[in-house]
Amino acid sequence: MKNLKLSVFLIATIALCSCGSEGESERKTAKDFQREVEKKEVPESIKEGKGIGEIKQVELTDELDEAMIKVGKSIYDMKCASCHKLTDQRVVGPGFQGITNRRKPEWIMNMITNVDVMLEKDPTAQALLEECLTRMPNQNVSVGDARQILEFFRKNDLEMAGEKDKAI
Amino acid sequence: MDTKKMINYGLWMLLLPVFMSSCEQKDTKKVIEGNAAQQVYVEPGEYDEFYAFMSGGFSGQITAYGLPSGRLLREIPVFSQYPENGYGYSEETKPMFNTSYGFVPWDDSHHIELSQTKGEFDGRWLFVNGNNTPRIARIDLTTFETVEILEIPDVAGLHCAPFITENSEYLVSGTRFSVPIPQKDVPIETYKENFKGLINYVSVDPEHGHMELAFQIEMPGFNYDLARNGKAVSHGWSFLTTYNSEQAHSLLEVNASQKDKDLMAIINWKKAEQYMEEGRFTERQTSYFHNLMDESSGIVESEEKTLTKILNPKDCPDMVYFIPVPKSPHGCDVDPSGEYIVGNGKLSADMSVYSFSKIQKAIEEENFDGEIDGIPIINYEAGLHGILKKPGLGPLHTEFDDKGNAYTTFFISSEVVKWDVETKEILDRHATYYSPGHLVIPGGETRKPDGKYLVAMNKITKDRYLPTGPELAHSAQLFDISGDKMKLILDFPTKGEPHYAQAIKADKIMPNSKKFYNIEDNTHPHATLGEGKTRVERDGNDVHVYMTAMRSHLAPDNIEGFKVGDKVYFHLTNLEQDWDVPHGFAMQGATNAELLVMPGQTKTLLWEPKKVGVFAFYCTDFCSALHQEMSGYARVSPKGSDVKLKWGLNEELRSGQQAANEFYDQARANANATASNN
Repeated sequence: MKNLKLSVFLIATIALCSCGSEGESERKTAKDFQREVEKKEVPESIKEGKGIGEIKQVELTDELDEAMIKVGKSIYDMKCASCHKLTDQRVVGPGFQGITNRRKPEWIMNMITNVDVMLEKDPTAQALLEECLTRMPNQNVSVGDARQILEFFRKNDLEMAGEKDKAI
Repeated sequence: MDTKKMINYGLWMLLLPVFMSSCEQKDTKKVIEGNAAQQVYVEPGEYDEFYAFMSGGFSGQITAYGLPSGRLLREIPVFSQYPENGYGYSEETKPMFNTSYGFVPWDDSHHIELSQTKGEFDGRWLFVNGNNTPRIARIDLTTFETVEILEIPDVAGLHCAPFITENSEYLVSGTRFSVPIPQKDVPIETYKENFKGLINYVSVDPEHGHMELAFQIEMPGFNYDLARNGKAVSHGWSFLTTYNSEQAHSLLEVNASQKDKDLMAIINWKKAEQYMEEGRFTERQTSYFHNLMDESSGIVESEEKTLTKILNPKDCPDMVYFIPVPKSPHGCDVDPSGEYIVGNGKLSADMSVYSFSKIQKAIEEENFDGEIDGIPIINYEAGLHGILKKPGLGPLHTEFDDKGNAYTTFFISSEVVKWDVETKEILDRHATYYSPGHLVIPGGETRKPDGKYLVAMNKITKDRYLPTGPELAHSAQLFDISGDKMKLILDFPTKGEPHYAQAIKADKIMPNSKKFYNIEDNTHPHATLGEGKTRVERDGNDVHVYMTAMRSHLAPDNIEGFKVGDKVYFHLTNLEQDWDVPHGFAMQGATNAELLVMPGQTKTLLWEPKKVGVFAFYCTDFCSALHQEMSGYARVSPKGSDVKLKWGLNEELRSGQQAANEFYDQARANANATASNN
């Protein structure tokens, strides 16, 4: 993130040369996305790695809530399991193993509940779309349900990766 | 050129009314004026102001168009099987076509009726009649799906239906053809002695819209053609045109045109309700089917009913009256105030306009000219508001605007005529191309018409569009009626033969439109609520495949262990929860149709494999960039072979029924846990 600021001059030059052409002949890399984000007015929450959406702040307790995990798992089984495995294997979308060690809880919940805006504005989400080539659909998950899914992810990370919540 | 035009113009003035369908296409410059293009142009991304629902006639369906653009928004399958989405082919929807005659996968849909509250459209449901195998269907306007069909017993040609009362209390539905009741083996020439007509009152449940045959009224054996119910001052009354009061049974075009008048039936249905409560009805054993879709499972339940209740005017005084109406009336229309009733005599040069208050007065004073089967005939002049003198040839239907004007279509002289209901003065006339039947003004049947547009539905298209062989799509023509003069602003083709349409402000429907089905609410017994629950189960020769669809794969996508002679049920659940993402399912060699499954829904396709081999199935609805990859294989082994059931997706094929059952039990336990937590 920090060394990106060095690129501002470079980006300005590119912007001058591009003459407003919107042609996308090459694939953008995550870096390109991040440069664009630097150019635009980026919401603070995206800079903080929390994504964008209704979820601004999630308070977690280290201890896991088994009741929430149970509900979270049942929603995952019904609405998510078609595309996301619990290992690190990518099928349609990325595997969930280690997700809470990579992404902040707010980002995870915003991605679940506000996916269209996330794909439009959040560079991390955009980079994942570039990688997987299938837009994550809106699965009509409420904020409350997303929180339960998050709890299930934390437990999964503990079991599969040996640690959780490293991204906080 | 100019003189030619002048002469032409003069000729037209002289020749009106004339039979225009034999004419050459006229120079459109004469009929299009001003900014028509701007008026009908709806910019990309913008919405139309009105939905217009048109019946499909011999297509058996309904189409929804946007007005003023004339864009086709949707075809709603109703009485005809629809391979495009599996309606009438899927196991869930097949029972929708059950009737006392068996499975009837086609009908002739005529009259569209939107549900009303206090004399205004409320945007909840749409009703339409099936003419040939007498039925009424209800469409839910949150989903644009047919959710209910009720058969009407002991009638023939249910043309006079399903006309709605101003609070949707009843759908009034009369028989077009009289028949022996109960049906029996008699010579046709005993018509006068044996044939009767029935007027049916179908009640509508105010909360759910469910239909029920409340009562039937036994009437003389005429042909009951069209109806309207009173509103405001005349609420509680129905008006029905009849023809063939001669009671002819052959060559009706001659034999049913002998008298100079036919009759309009006038029914006091509040009185009929009172007689029902008093128990003045007789019961008769019969058979008719009621088919209703369960909202949460999408499964149609079909029930045979065996009893009807009949009121006979002989035993029920002050319930039914007749009044003469010019020869062979077709349309029968009530103005927004409820005071005036227009009877359109197809074969008469004049149109009769009746006054509800005068009819009431005549009834009070018993100003009758005899009776038929105990039904008093009100003196014609006593009920008359007045006569519209020579408005044109072949008047069919009338609708109303919000300024006290009526608009009538003239089939023979090919025009729409605007006239003042109060003064009976003709104000304007405009040619249509050609031979209009019904017409529609948004809200034109209600207490509050929206007098902005009029659509004429023409029966003959001829030279209006690029030719498409002997048959052309029927043409609808949109008029701007906001000013003193009607302005023709658009032609657009329609599907089937729209016999009637109703149009409603878009904002009465748009906010309630469903975007997908909540998967949590899916109670289908064969739903697969999550990919982990997919499985294949055998029960004798029946094999059930519990399959899910999600962009962009079907699970399972490799299945083995099918045998020739099996009945394979693919229960496909669409796990998406996003707007406008149906998934399709097509199985090579299936002899029915495809499935199109909406997000959150489960639908079932029956496949009976007849050949040994490996056959492909795939999703038919382009759902993502990897839609072409959304496919799979089904292996069919010979009858009696010992190939075990195996299924899977990107993993070792799971095999063995026992393991599957354990897996299923676990899945069910999880699902129950979810249910109790929500």
